[in-house]
Amino acid sequence: MIKRALILIVVAVAGWFLISFTASVPEQETLPLLAEQYVSQGAGRVGSANIVTAVVVTFRGLDTLGEVAVLFIATAGIGFLMRLDTDKGKRRTRTPASELLQTGSGFLIPLIILFGVYIFLHGHLTPGGGFQGGVVIASAVLLMLLARTDPRINHTMLRAVESLSGAFYVGIGVLGLILAAGFLDSRILPAGTLGALASAGAIPVIYSLIGLKVGSELVSILDTLHNAE
Amino acid sequence: MTAVSIIGSILIIIGLWGMLTKKNIVKIIIGFSIIDTGIHLIIVSVGYIRGGTAPILDSTVDRARVVDPLPSALVLTAIVIGLAITALMLVYAVQLHRKRGSLDITAYKELKC
Repeated sequence: MIKRALILIVVAVAGWFLISFTASVPEQETLPLLAEQYVSQGAGRVGSANIVTAVVVTFRGLDTLGEVAVLFIATAGIGFLMRLDTDKGKRRTRTPASELLQTGSGFLIPLIILFGVYIFLHGHLTPGGGFQGGVVIASAVLLMLLARTDPRINHTMLRAVESLSGAFYVGIGVLGLILAAGFLDSRILPAGTLGALASAGAIPVIYSLIGLKVGSELVSILDTLHNAE
Repeated sequence: MTAVSIIGSILIIIGLWGMLTKKNIVKIIIGFSIIDTGIHLIIVSVGYIRGGTAPILDSTVDRARVVDPLPSALVLTAIVIGLAITALMLVYAVQLHRKRGSLDITAYKELKC
């Protein structure tokens, strides 16, 4: 009973804080100064049509590098926790998937992977980017894991893609330090015309590497969880 | 105060209530995910400009009428981190169930003094 009352009090206090916070934030009429700078410089000097991508990859590129690192650590933790007792467990035989799923997945998987690549290659032009594209690619692998009875994922390939894309990402960051204004500066390649596929300097390259890295990390999470049960 | 921020606040309160009242660890993780989504909605709503459109520029978009790109970029980061953390928590739950055979949070008394 006391516990219920305490929970009610905590929820009520949290609700009161949230309501006073949301009421205190006014709906803005114009952009703040920092956002105005991001919009004008993201379109001008960086040359990316999608300003969110310009912020994620260039202006706050270090945050994105940290985010990729957090994702890697989480993947490593999941792999470590699930690997502890998989080698002694015997592999369960799975019931085969239905004819519909098997045929449909064979048709859909290449298209889904192609769509993921499209999303991360056009991250500087349209909504999307490396993270979204990587998740779409991982969803294709999930479909494959569901459809096949004994799917084999090439772990050497997976590890090579993941570590090479991470290393190239940091390498491009260091190139920005040498050739342009700072670490992860995308202006080591020409900015090009706004809205073209080959524009925005190194942003398409960086986002493709992020897409490959996120995709391979999520695939290894899926593979670990799939093999564990 | 926009509709999006109100929905975000409601989601945070629902998630907090779920985390505090539910005994099943998987349900607590679901509550955490709901809180996560609510926080994302509130952060996005902070960057809204009245009548603004998505910050993806071409010749037809008025550059003074786009929403603030910075909260959107932060939420993009937060969604991916949330995914990784949720997966890690679920793996912990699986391991707890494997070692001790229970998903009830009251069966784990080691952290109580």
